[in-house]
Amino acid sequence: MRSPVPDKSPVPDKLSVPDTLPGHRPGCVPSGSAARGFGDFVRAHGGNGRLVVQPRMGFSDPAAMRAGLAATRASAARTVGTITLDAHTRVGHLQAAAAALREGTALNGYPVVTHPPATTARVLDGIQGPGFPVQVRHGSARPVGIFRALAALGLDASEGGPVSYCLPYGRTPLAESVSQWAAACELFASLREAGREPHLETFGGCMLGQLCPPSLLVALSVLEALFFLRHGIRSLSVSYAQQTNPEQDTEAIAALRRLCAELLPTDDWHVVVYTYMGVFPQTEHGARRLLESSAELAVRTGAERLIVKTVAESQRIPTIQENVDALELAAAAAESAARTAPAPLHHPADSPTYQQAAALVHAVLDLHPDLSQALLRAFRRGYLDVPYCLHPDNRGLTRSFIDPAGRLCWASVGNLPIGHLVRPRSTTRLTSATLLTDLTRVRNRFDAPAPPALAASRRPPARDAPKRCATG
Amino acid sequence: MADLSRPADTAADRAHTPARATVVVTTVASDSHTWNLVYLQLLLEELGYEVVNLGPCVPDELLVHHCREIRPSAVVISSVNGHGAQDGLRVIRALREDELTATLPVAIGGKLGVDGGATSHTERLLAAGFDAVFEDGADTLTAFRRFLDELGPGADRALESGAERAAVQRRHADEQMSVSV
Ligand code: B12
Repeated sequence: MRSPVPDKSPVPDKLSVPDTLPGHRPGCVPSGSAARGFGDFVRAHGGNGRLVVQPRMGFSDPAAMRAGLAATRASAARTVGTITLDAHTRVGHLQAAAAALREGTALNGYPVVTHPPATTARVLDGIQGPGFPVQVRHGSARPVGIFRALAALGLDASEGGPVSYCLPYGRTPLAESVSQWAAACELFASLREAGREPHLETFGGCMLGQLCPPSLLVALSVLEALFFLRHGIRSLSVSYAQQTNPEQDTEAIAALRRLCAELLPTDDWHVVVYTYMGVFPQTEHGARRLLESSAELAVRTGAERLIVKTVAESQRIPTIQENVDALELAAAAAESAARTAPAPLHHPADSPTYQQAAALVHAVLDLHPDLSQALLRAFRRGYLDVPYCLHPDNRGLTRSFIDPAGRLCWASVGNLPIGHLVRPRSTTRLTSATLLTDLTRVRNRFDAPAPPALAASRRPPARDAPKRCATG
Repeated sequence: MADLSRPADTAADRAHTPARATVVVTTVASDSHTWNLVYLQLLLEELGYEVVNLGPCVPDELLVHHCREIRPSAVVISSVNGHGAQDGLRVIRALREDELTATLPVAIGGKLGVDGGATSHTERLLAAGFDAVFEDGADTLTAFRRFLDELGPGADRALESGAERAAVQRRHADEQMSVSV
């Protein structure tokens, strides 16, 4: 059993530092070609009960960003670093980002296109390296400018996707996002000429953060991975965001793995789990317990990497210390989960979630040999259709609900090609109150004084429970 | 700018409902969160308002444009990404500078900065021309209901307009981003 990395070597907090930091994680850096990039690092250090943990961290002030990266690296956990970009940069309003920097207004992330390249180089200097890869997280449907800036800075790991960074992230038409993402992938892939192995993670496992049934999340993650591959990316990760029920989440990640093994013509991929991305608990115990449960989920499903949330999630941008606490708590929870042998699951790979996800993926792939065209057709026909998504290119014919067992289910499948797999259910009228009930279900469960039963995730699946939805 | 057309059936439904006071629900240019918008749309509809939901990441010009055309009874801006104060100060200037929207009741609410309310933005936003500010807190929704009450009851509110205005509203209802209920 490995213990968390006890490396507390001091990290410079100034923007000018020597080239290397002393004494960082001796023996942990993979040597030779294994050290080439983000994907290799995570696959070397995560999986089989071991977890690489990562924050969602971004500050507009370069000194804070540097201190945050340094603290992530020095934390008692196996980590990779994150630079999360601000929302002005995401939508391409660079003037607003510049105005905020001028006026000293704090942003919700790091404006990488606006800070001079030399500033960002100093932020990373001596911190980023083979033993501490850094990923840029951005949420942009028009990412070419961002990827150009990253490439110039030597940053070679990012995330997103033509669907997942379009529909939930604004008003860019899907067709434009798809062609922008194709160009961005190709630009990123060209970094290989400089001896790098650029890495991309799908964000498709998260659509809107909440209330998107797992089968659609899995399908979108797989489709975006295929999209990246077809546009030249060779090192991938596929995401899945924790939802409302641990058994269902376990099924979903098993389905994701199986579909990737079946469909991705490479083995250079890993699974990244996101701690719950919806309305978060407001109490400290609730937030911590939810974080722990996501680390347990990641370990139970053999995921290689986990992106954490902090106790500040429900309120505001977290501090560096809150991020470090979250990383260390997740690492500790993963350690203890790895010590407890997970109960074997009853054919998890053949679950309803797998069947639906496979049906969705294959129906989309069959629409057109060019995946870009297939994705556009799929949304036009409603073969892909995200519940509650306001984007004009989303049909809006699907709806989800949480069943009494806490599983996230289809209330209405619209034109999704899974009608044969889903038991129909009459929809209750959507009101502000019923919406809020579903949105706050996880929050309320974890905020409740009595923490949810620790054993909940290890109960055998209640296959015949009367009120449980059969829709995965 | 994206075409915001929605399936036509929503417009057909609306053509048969009596004219009701219209509220524009929107967010600021950088903010992509939509659950807040969907929630506020439902809430306002339940209170009897016709709602035009402009969806995420609404550029300043687009909001002014829609307000000029729709002439709503009020605009409700929701932002939670932490840029609401910065973007809000900019968009209220644009609304106040346009003669057709200069006196329109405009409210903003949500998580308007990145420090969880440690800095209050209310005073600055009011000074810049907002009629009401609802930063996240204990009684936000109660205060919001009071603001709406002062606007007048939704369904019964007399519109100063005739068929022409109703037609414009319907056209815009068709262009909105909305969840059908
Ligand atoms: C779901 C979610 C997402 C989803 C959104 C999907 C979508 N299309 O909506 C995804 C994952 C895509 C996402 C992305 C981002 N998110 Co987000 N997200 C959330 C989360 C977890 C839940 C929000 C939610 O759905 N709430 C449910 C709705 C119904 O309620 P609400 O929005 O909280 O609004 C309530 C009140 O604020 C109030 N209210 C809101 N507006 C108004 C207006 C008026 C007039 C009134 C009276 C009341 C009112 O009423 C509502 C009901 O009580 C919150 C954290 C949380 N709350 O737990 C973070 C959060 C809002 N996100 C945050 C951020 C920063 C982002 C990003 C910028 C990424 C980043 N840098 O981390 C991007 C957005 C990019 C952009 N261009 O804006 C921050 C904002 C920080 C801050 N304000 O200090 C939060 C708080 C998380 C955090 N702690 O970092 N996010």
